[in-house]
Amino acid sequence: MRVVVDFDLCESNAVCMGIAPEVFEVRDDDFLYILQEEPPEELRPKIEEAVQRCPKQAISIEG
Amino acid sequence: MNHNVVVVGASLAGMHAAHTLRKEGFDGRLTVVDADPHRPYDRPPLSKQVLAGEWDADRIVLPPAEEELDIEWRLGERAVGLDLDSRTVSLEEGDALAFDQLVIATGAAARRLPDQPGLAGMHMLRSLDDCLALRADLDRTPERVVVIGAGFIGSEVAATCRDRGLDVTIIEVMPVPLEGALGRRMGMVCADLHRDHGVDVRLGAVVGGFGGREHVERVFLTDGNKIKTDVVVIGVGVSPTTHWLEGSGLTLDDGVVCDETLLAAPGVVAAGDIARWPSRRFGTDLRVEHWENAIQQGEAAARRLLAGDGPAEVYDPVPWFWSDQYDRKIQLAGLSGAAYDVEVVHGSTDERRFVALYGLHGRVTGVLGFNRPRHVMQLRQLVHDSVGWEDGLAFARDIS
Repeated sequence: MRVVVDFDLCESNAVCMGIAPEVFEVRDDDFLYILQEEPPEELRPKIEEAVQRCPKQAISIEG
Repeated sequence: MNHNVVVVGASLAGMHAAHTLRKEGFDGRLTVVDADPHRPYDRPPLSKQVLAGEWDADRIVLPPAEEELDIEWRLGERAVGLDLDSRTVSLEEGDALAFDQLVIATGAAARRLPDQPGLAGMHMLRSLDDCLALRADLDRTPERVVVIGAGFIGSEVAATCRDRGLDVTIIEVMPVPLEGALGRRMGMVCADLHRDHGVDVRLGAVVGGFGGREHVERVFLTDGNKIKTDVVVIGVGVSPTTHWLEGSGLTLDDGVVCDETLLAAPGVVAAGDIARWPSRRFGTDLRVEHWENAIQQGEAAARRLLAGDGPAEVYDPVPWFWSDQYDRKIQLAGLSGAAYDVEVVHGSTDERRFVALYGLHGRVTGVLGFNRPRHVMQLRQLVHDSVGWEDGLAFARDIS
């Protein structure tokens, strides 16, 4: 599984970080950083929730 | 017999209810009704990217509306009545839709001013058509835009107009904008944010009338002032769209009153801006007009129908929303208001970059951020856990 963020869409609402802080982090510069681009499978439900909840639909999962 | 679900309202809550019904195995008939003729769309960009002219309307179609959900669409058709005995929704054109289960998600409508005249150049902003009509007027580069109401929609419209290089006046009837939502101190920060960007902000100003024959030309204030303008945007809040439910037997009280599982009557749920439900967490009834709530509540309402007579989940989230104005992202999680304590824990209001906690009765109830998305999401947990006020402040000041 690979986590992909469209940074042209991302508005740094940090919703994803609230759901899966293991994978998503918004830092002090207000930009989103992906901590694990290929996270372990057990995080899939959380990441799917982040995909659903992103206000900008900026996150997708490949694989 | 084929089970039959009708969803009234094809905006965020209704579409996520439809999506969840299908995703979680509902294979009966699914009908979605909405008075709006457009393909279901997302509303936040209507006061921002679409109004700014950066996005076209086809970019805001809701993802569930693009899925194969085997929906019988009744778009452009208005529900005008509900009969719980015969279990039918009547439509304006005369049809009656029978249902076994019903999702009520007709949202809210923009409030009008008393005696609001029908002059050209006067706008409300709720629907895509509203947005495109306002955008067309902004494209003609008016000399000034007057925004009536300094709530979040009015504020976003003002910011978008300033970003388009237009002169803007905001008229707010209250001495402090958003005082009911954010309290006096943070309400004034919101007013100052507009002033930072060159907006003429008139607080405690009452509109007495409008001048112009066919097209609006002036706004008259009761203090004798008048403002010359070509475009007026009225953003004085919304009212839940419950008129079609009057006399149905459902309990209506500034929304459709539900139980804590979102059930309004047997087999009938409500979700989104229209739903009022008792929050266990906050010990009060809530009706929430936020984007995220519409999604979560739509999903929860669908699950409530799927649960039938079985055990049902209690709906009890920490509400959260954001508002983008100029280069600021304002986010609020939980509850806040004039009666709440408020304390800045990081940054400063002068910089317009800070995070503040709200508290009531010794508990953290809310977190407000201006360009602090990370902190808002981290501190949302304090609200979730109803942490004590002093402990919450100490924790919040301690995080980096």
